[in-house]
Amino acid sequence: MQLSDSRDIKAAPLAVWQAILNPDVLKECIPGCESLTGSVADGFEAAVVQKVGPVKARFTGVVTFSDIIEGKSLTISGEGKGGPAGFAKGGAKVALEPIPEGTRLTYEVDASVGGKIAQLGSRIIDGFAKKLADDFFARFQQTVEGPAPEEVVEVTSDEGEPAEEETKKGWFKRLIGG
Amino acid sequence: MPKDYGIGASSKRREDVRFLTGRGQYTDDLSIHGQAHAVMVRSNVAHGKIVSIDTSAAAAMPGVLAVFTGEDFKDVGGNPAGWLIKSRNGEPMREPKRPVLAHGKVRHVGDAYAAVIAETYEQAKAAAQQIADDAVIDELPAIIDMKAAAADASNRVHDEIPDNICFDWGWIEDNRAAVDAVFKSAPHITTLELVNNRLVPNAMEPRASIGEYFPGTGDYKLTTTSQNPHLTRLLVAAFVMGIPENKLTVVAPDVGGGFGSKIYHYGEEALVLAAAKKLGRAVRWTAERSESFLSDAHGRDHVTKIELACEKDGTFLAFRTETYANVGAYLSNFSTATPTFLHGTLMAGPYKVPHVYVNVKTIFTNTAPVDAYRGAGRPEATFSLERVIDKMCRELGLDQFEVRRKNFITPDMFPYTTPVGLAYDTGNYQATLAKAIEMADVAGFDKRAAASKAKGRLRGMGLSTWIEACGIAPSHLVGVLGSRVGLYDAATVRVNATGNISVMVGAHSHGQGHETVFPQIVAERLGVPESSVEIVHGDTSKIPFGMGSYGSRSLAVCGVAMNKAIDKIVAKGKKIAAHMLEASEGDITFEDGKFSVAGTDKAKTFGEIAFSAYVPHNYPLETLEPGLEETAFYDPANFTYPAGAYICEVELDPDTGKVDVVAFHCADDFGNIMNPMIVEGQVHGGVGQGIGQALLENTTYDENGQLLTGSFMDYAMPRASDVPFYNVDYSCQTPCTHNPLGVKGCGEAGAIGSPPAVVNAVIDALHRGGMTHVTHINMPVSPGRVWQAING
Repeated sequence: MQLSDSRDIKAAPLAVWQAILNPDVLKECIPGCESLTGSVADGFEAAVVQKVGPVKARFTGVVTFSDIIEGKSLTISGEGKGGPAGFAKGGAKVALEPIPEGTRLTYEVDASVGGKIAQLGSRIIDGFAKKLADDFFARFQQTVEGPAPEEVVEVTSDEGEPAEEETKKGWFKRLIGG
Repeated sequence: MPKDYGIGASSKRREDVRFLTGRGQYTDDLSIHGQAHAVMVRSNVAHGKIVSIDTSAAAAMPGVLAVFTGEDFKDVGGNPAGWLIKSRNGEPMREPKRPVLAHGKVRHVGDAYAAVIAETYEQAKAAAQQIADDAVIDELPAIIDMKAAAADASNRVHDEIPDNICFDWGWIEDNRAAVDAVFKSAPHITTLELVNNRLVPNAMEPRASIGEYFPGTGDYKLTTTSQNPHLTRLLVAAFVMGIPENKLTVVAPDVGGGFGSKIYHYGEEALVLAAAKKLGRAVRWTAERSESFLSDAHGRDHVTKIELACEKDGTFLAFRTETYANVGAYLSNFSTATPTFLHGTLMAGPYKVPHVYVNVKTIFTNTAPVDAYRGAGRPEATFSLERVIDKMCRELGLDQFEVRRKNFITPDMFPYTTPVGLAYDTGNYQATLAKAIEMADVAGFDKRAAASKAKGRLRGMGLSTWIEACGIAPSHLVGVLGSRVGLYDAATVRVNATGNISVMVGAHSHGQGHETVFPQIVAERLGVPESSVEIVHGDTSKIPFGMGSYGSRSLAVCGVAMNKAIDKIVAKGKKIAAHMLEASEGDITFEDGKFSVAGTDKAKTFGEIAFSAYVPHNYPLETLEPGLEETAFYDPANFTYPAGAYICEVELDPDTGKVDVVAFHCADDFGNIMNPMIVEGQVHGGVGQGIGQALLENTTYDENGQLLTGSFMDYAMPRASDVPFYNVDYSCQTPCTHNPLGVKGCGEAGAIGSPPAVVNAVIDALHRGGMTHVTHINMPVSPGRVWQAING
């Protein structure tokens, strides 16, 4: 299954690039990610919980980076074993280009599943994967850009915990000194 | 008035009482003291190199008793193919070993490469998952598309087979040049490329096996879901495990449907026996539904190009087909016979076509093995023929009924030898076609079509005039064709001292109703009540060596064996009667359950003779043995050839592409009928499966070999609302000429004859609606495919 899309992110290409390679950012952005550790050079070990149709599973596996052209593009590949659920594997080619508003991030995802997920979930797997990619990149965008002001207000009023505002607001920007 | 007992009566199925009240005894119902549970570890990838299987963690888990991998079985035999087919160049087929557990490589999703035996099912399941997690299997590119597989020598399902071709078969190769010559000069040629869709058998009861070993005697027992326990015993004993046959009992108790998928021996059967011996405990395994989808032998899966050469008036001159047949990853027991001798030999249909040539290439792929499924090869032949004939009629503007009539073999031509090697003994295809036309009220079709149109729907009518070769047996014939076994059958009729009768039969009943029909024949012949006759089947320690049930053979082969044994009982009874009545044996007649001295009122009832046989105080021991029990083996002279005409009417919604089967008429010639109700039931079931294939069922593997239709959520089985109430007739009867019961077999007919009738009806509906650009839609003719065909 293949899908591709692009997103315009209001941040400089360098900031986006650093975010992609940052395990804390990835952990925050991968839906259902329980843990993610390691380094770009050796790859990350990840544990992700996902529910595809009737199959819920905890996938553990390795995420590796290749074809790295510093600041411009790279390929992220991963393979996760989901125990009785089977496996999922895939890769995303990600490219960054500067635009007036910041950075255009283009991605091409190629993913496949095997075992029980394929047998039971094939009807929904394409839609599921699209949603997963959308979620990931939406969270990624939000993390890099920081939440829009009105969203912060919403969170504050909903949760009634104004203390969180400070931490939510562009924590990644602060982290990388942005 | 219809008969109320014996041959021809619609006796109610006695087995249904236990089936419908939950009192059936299926393999999984058995609970054996001390039993352990087996769970198979199955491949998640379609094609992979087994690098390592670390079982140490699994072996240490709670309750785990033993772990097996392919390494444990590498020195025992493989599960063999039952038929040796030769390629056009004379070379024998390529026959890779099919091991109990995969060794070296895994070759399809669901290929078992390890097994765990544990105290409980849950413990075995957990440990099996541990092995799956710990095994290192390097995924290789999957080989899925047949034509690509044959063209690419670099990627191989079996490393020793360079082009993934099992064999390239020509039937009849010597006729090829003559057939090609006809096509060069034919006034008209119709060509059709089609797919016969792959089906999952989906028996209601999943496969299950229990192995037992008795250390005191060294005996083994295998209780298993089998259509033919003796064949399974032979395969396990002689080929795979090397257990002496007399040390292995195979029992197939109540079996909840097979449709072919339970003919074959599967690795799990050998596994539970080996595990039982190792542990000294009973070891049981029952497939989950997912495992059934992954590992039962699938059916069909042909990609075919068929050509019909004819005169402009529709007179057939020749058929020529090229078929790619998928055998999957390994050769299942009948897998080489199904696309060849159960398919190629039927490619003349019921027609007097002078020239036929069939080429079949069977291809290994990284998919589950493919083998015989209800109809087995004959549905594929019938679909190709009846679809290309329908297309030809449309191309030339000819009447479909008239074209059939023009080309039918006529009743005066029997016995008729076809150009594909069969000799049809009898038939009357004109009669069944006329009957179907009458039943379907073909004359009133236009009126019904107009009514459908008024509702905004398109109505179409499809015809299929089918023939099959069944009563799969004749040992001499199948031997010539490549079978490595003889295919006779056997029965023992044991008259007990009190006059009731046990009949031990080689056939196996897994839904067919043998326990009802066979007693009807015994009752008729011996003048006893049906209720005093009991059928014993499915236990190799009780029954004579028979070849089981498949290929619509139970009645036409085993039933006739039983009939022969009854002949012997009558002959023996006459001897006993002659002694008791102090008459000469030649003067004894047997009628209505009485042995009489001709021309006198001296007589003994059947019960008196039976009792005497077991209390033989004064028998002349040199000329008359005590007892009244006879066994007969029967090997028929020929196949039987049921045939018929099916007319299907559909209504199609042109906006959505949804097809509804609104009427289905079957005029069949099954020869003599033993139990009309059961015959009707068989036709209903077969047509239901045929409609399932035509409209709903499809097995899809993705390019990585993942089975995408691995559950009933994605694999559409026909439901009651998908089928009409069938209109079934079997009054056109040309009794089989070479068996004394005159029976032909009816088990597969519906699944053979119906798919082309449905698809022809869909095409007809579209053409009547003006969409003449649609010449074919592959099965299943789903709403999506119809909509696409309509809208280009």
